[in-house]
Amino acid sequence: MADFLYVFRGGGYQQLSPEQMQKHMQAWGTWIGELSKRGQYKGGDPLEPGGKQVKGKKKTVVDGPFAEAKDLVGGYVLVTAASLDDAAELARGCPILEVDGTVEVRPIRKM
Amino acid sequence: MSPAAPVSGLVDHLFRHEAGRLAAALVRVLGPANLDLAEDVVQETLCHALEVWKMGRVPDNPAAWLRASARNRALDLLRRQRTRTRLLPDVSRLQDELAPAVDAAFTEDALREEQLRMMFACCDARLQPPVQVALVLKLLCGFGVGEVAQAFLASPAAIEKRLARGKAALRRAGALADLADPRLARRLEAVLDALYLLFNEGYHGAHPELAVRADLCAEAIRLARLLAGNAATAQPRTFALLALMCLHAARLPGRLDTRGALVPLEEQDRSAWDRALAAEGAQWLSRAVSEPPTALLLEAAIAAEHCFAPTFAQTDWHAIVSLYDALYTQRPTPVVALNRAIALAQVQGPERGLAELRGLPGRDRLARYPFYPAALGELHLRAGHAREAAEEFRRALRLARSPAERSYFERKLAAAT
Repeated sequence: MADFLYVFRGGGYQQLSPEQMQKHMQAWGTWIGELSKRGQYKGGDPLEPGGKQVKGKKKTVVDGPFAEAKDLVGGYVLVTAASLDDAAELARGCPILEVDGTVEVRPIRKM
Repeated sequence: MSPAAPVSGLVDHLFRHEAGRLAAALVRVLGPANLDLAEDVVQETLCHALEVWKMGRVPDNPAAWLRASARNRALDLLRRQRTRTRLLPDVSRLQDELAPAVDAAFTEDALREEQLRMMFACCDARLQPPVQVALVLKLLCGFGVGEVAQAFLASPAAIEKRLARGKAALRRAGALADLADPRLARRLEAVLDALYLLFNEGYHGAHPELAVRADLCAEAIRLARLLAGNAATAQPRTFALLALMCLHAARLPGRLDTRGALVPLEEQDRSAWDRALAAEGAQWLSRAVSEPPTALLLEAAIAAEHCFAPTFAQTDWHAIVSLYDALYTQRPTPVVALNRAIALAQVQGPERGLAELRGLPGRDRLARYPFYPAALGELHLRAGHAREAAEEFRRALRLARSPAERSYFERKLAAAT
């Protein structure tokens, strides 16, 4: 087993009705619940949209990121899976895909 | 990082119902002229909740969380507005006067009251009933445009237009009605009519999906309960409508079979009926008594006879015939006469029923009503006239308005041939 990071991007809810939003939330609960039941969910969080960026040697601190909504990282989840393919397969169940978002699946480098 | 998240369970339709409550509170705070802004704030509040909660961290009291979040957004909006319109705002003083006013709109009592005021605004007599019902679904029931369209089997574009007309009227109204205004009593009728229309869209509507229809019935009942809970609108006619809707909706679970075909009353599985809702209907009925009885009250009393009869055969058909007699004096329509004749046939036999149906006053107005030939077919069948019965069921089949009706008439036709 290895660890993987899911990075969520995009996926807007503005067009959903309240009932669809509630169903969408329940879909997240079910997806994460399934991962937990199989002992593969290690944690995760949604991220606030804004923040700060600290850049380069000058260590300048600026507001941002101001990426387009579809590129903005909205949250992350850490899972364990047998392989990268397995992790990608699990990510296919993520509800963010239903609202046109993406899941980036990144293996975590072992020491 | 949040550890393993529990699968969160929210109360059914929490988002939808809170959307209605928040919209009502926000219209009070921002004014009907800013209806669109109020709706935007509702949408943002729900989106934000979804972002924060979706990974399993639902607060203990989600409704209170949503209300606090909407309240803060409204307060921010108002503060920014004031800052723009005044040169040197004393921010701390503004906070002192604004916050309590906004808070007052989000108390339980205020939320109930604002929903009622919104209900009266949506059912303004200058708006067509379909516009009223669309507004009620959008603003009070938290339906999306697509869901309103689905309820009416209309296109989203047509519903957008209908809603735009209604909202323009609401914005122009300037202020919502005062519940203490004695003139409001006269407008209660329009609100009750709109809720009954909403209910009937669910109960008799042509929508093939049972879940959609049950939702519409449940929403009409929920809003009528709000009316029944306020001193200004708690009147016998409100109770009569509520009784009628509860007593009909209680039997909704037995009305369609698993394939979506209409099941006639005599074949319905009475154990599937919602006993709690039936009991609630009986409660409202006991408070609805008025002299002289209104048509709604009589309809509710008929529904109660059916609802509490142990079997079809043990139904008190004598009582039902007398209730229909009384109803006919108030509402002399061919459909009432038709239902009376069907009940009469239970008491005096199919031949008597057939004679009544053939001589039904106003039967030419039933030319497109499939249950007229269906009733004739049924009584012919009972009287042993298979050929005539088949002919009538074929006629009913040609007039069927929904798949549920069609499959029912097909089955009856098969039984007659």
